[in-house]
Amino acid sequence: MNTAIKVDNLSKKYIIGHQQHGRYLTLRETMAQKFKDAGKRLLHPFLSSSGQPLMSLSTTEELWALKDVSFEVQQGDRIGIIGRNGAGKTTLLKLLSRITEPTTGRISIKGRIASLLEVGTGFHPELSGRENIYLNGSILGMTKSEIKNKYDEIVEFAEIEKFLDTPVKRYSSGMYVRLAFAVAAHLEPEILIVDEVLAVGDTQFQKKCLGKMDYVSKHEGRTVLFVSHNMSAVSRLCESAILLDKGKLCTYGPVEKTVQTYMNRMFYDEDLPAINQDIIWKHDDLDVISFHACDESAKRKNYFTTSEHININIEYKIKKRLPGLRVGVDFMAHLDGDIIFRSFDDDLEEQDRTPGYRQVMCSIPPDLVKNGTYLIKLQIGIHNVKWICYDSIYDKLEVTLTDGVNKLYGDSRPGRIMPKIDWVYQNNHNEGS
Amino acid sequence: MSNQFDLIIEPGKGIKQYWHDLWKYRELFYFLAWRDILVRYKQTIIGIAWSVVRPFLTMIVLTIIFGKLAKFPSGDAPYPILVFAAMLPWQMFANALSESSNSLIVNANLLSKIYFPRIIMPISSVIVSLVDFLISFGLLAILMLWYGFVPGLMILVLPLFLLLALLAALGCGIWLAALNVKYRDFRYIVPFMIQFGLYISPVGFSSTVVPNKWRLLYSLNPMVGVIDGFRWAILGTEQPLYLPGFLLSIVVTLLIFSFGLFYFRKTERTFADVI
Repeated sequence: MNTAIKVDNLSKKYIIGHQQHGRYLTLRETMAQKFKDAGKRLLHPFLSSSGQPLMSLSTTEELWALKDVSFEVQQGDRIGIIGRNGAGKTTLLKLLSRITEPTTGRISIKGRIASLLEVGTGFHPELSGRENIYLNGSILGMTKSEIKNKYDEIVEFAEIEKFLDTPVKRYSSGMYVRLAFAVAAHLEPEILIVDEVLAVGDTQFQKKCLGKMDYVSKHEGRTVLFVSHNMSAVSRLCESAILLDKGKLCTYGPVEKTVQTYMNRMFYDEDLPAINQDIIWKHDDLDVISFHACDESAKRKNYFTTSEHININIEYKIKKRLPGLRVGVDFMAHLDGDIIFRSFDDDLEEQDRTPGYRQVMCSIPPDLVKNGTYLIKLQIGIHNVKWICYDSIYDKLEVTLTDGVNKLYGDSRPGRIMPKIDWVYQNNHNEGS
Repeated sequence: MSNQFDLIIEPGKGIKQYWHDLWKYRELFYFLAWRDILVRYKQTIIGIAWSVVRPFLTMIVLTIIFGKLAKFPSGDAPYPILVFAAMLPWQMFANALSESSNSLIVNANLLSKIYFPRIIMPISSVIVSLVDFLISFGLLAILMLWYGFVPGLMILVLPLFLLLALLAALGCGIWLAALNVKYRDFRYIVPFMIQFGLYISPVGFSSTVVPNKWRLLYSLNPMVGVIDGFRWAILGTEQPLYLPGFLLSIVVTLLIFSFGLFYFRKTERTFADVI
């Protein structure tokens, strides 16, 4: 067997600034900081020499998104890369596809490599379907003649013949995704890197894409690296899997075993991301003391199976009498932010809106939604008057629901929810009785 | 042993690989330029009209202010042509500069999802301004017909000056594009620079109005050399080329370009992390 990808001691370090207010650094802020530092140095000339760090130094922190990862992939292998959010999966893909440079280590690759970190990268809304096929194809690394040869196939796969000359801004989201994926599916690299892109699009089409990927890797000996939160898709598509945790490689082995390890770890891990810890949202009317998800034994976590209760615990302190106060949650799809449902505590017969400490639990029943990642957003407001807690970054919980390794049908059904519906046979008459 | 692999990814990978990649990604370059042109002229019917109207109106305003009110000399050449001969490279420079300096953040999505030599982005974005240039050039031809002005053979050298203008725009453009990734407020600085540049470059007037002892200093602005060159090529002996100044402009342009390229290459590897 030939080695397709060889990764040696790969590490990637990010520097995180804490002083930054918005997402971006501006020259104005940088200069202001420099002046502040200079001013500080003038006022306290001995501070820096006495070992105390200057302000600009103390505001950055190193984060190893990936640390000392080594593995080898053989040609024709289909490898799943799994791990929790922030485990380093995307960083690994970005390093493999050369979007960003490693800090240390080395990656050796044999064969043409194409990466699909997003469907429809570079699609331009003003351009027609035809033009976007060419543009997107070339962005993904196809040559013009390759695109020309594949053009009819792509159009057929996407099922958009009639709309080829329509600007894609007029496409429905389904058509858009189909076209985007059709182009990607016709890439012919020796190594294909796919991030969680299959989660979009309708189920019918998802199946078609998975089928295509499956075919391509089995029959054409293509090497596929596949990142997903969807354990059943990983189990179905891949032979082996790599489990990453906090930037380190935990396990690399047969897919069932690795998925099992992942599930075990995930369900019984105390060390949850910071977003799930106590966070205080301060407001004149009300403070939010805590907002987190836990299971029935009151154990905090954000990975559940679809057959578990998700208990959302909200602790807050009312500072003055607030008639009309409503505390609730939005349950949203992580991918597109679509609200699946919203629920408020005023569904209760009686509420207490006088000053004081409150702890409420909102219990989301099992077998309600399909597997996937969801956002739960805290919504506190005074009915028809104002929002108190709305759209901040701290009021979101991310929960991931998996249906376990055995329940394979879950994600293949269309629809967003998957409640347990009662089916009753009535009036059965068997032949011959 | 390492020959077995086609691609080795390591920190601080050398320059040789980079130029090799640049050649490999030439089709992407072509497609990105094609996209920009398509979008530019598709989005609005005004697209093409805009590239005619804008220089035309600016030309009229500048002719009235500098030619009629301030009564600057223009030699034998009609003032509108004197102005328009400068408007051509200036507009191209201004468009190319603003397009290329914004190119990386406008395409941030591509940058963070796909690998390609990043320099493709700012370079391909200036192609649109070349198309605009050609349209404006047609306008100049019409203007010359109107005034019955026949250019000399020097007009054949025009592409060389055009190249110089491109080099100047790209030099600043790639530098600003890289800075733009790190410091977002450069977005607001660039339009100001362009607006300012219109007045410190000899667009509305001939650089012969600048006193001789200052001309060399004035030529530190790379666009002075370019605009003088354009006027010389289009208007001929009416606007003689001030050679020391012109050479200085070329040197400055090359310096800016090398520095821009150097800075871009230095910061390029972190673009995807920062953007």
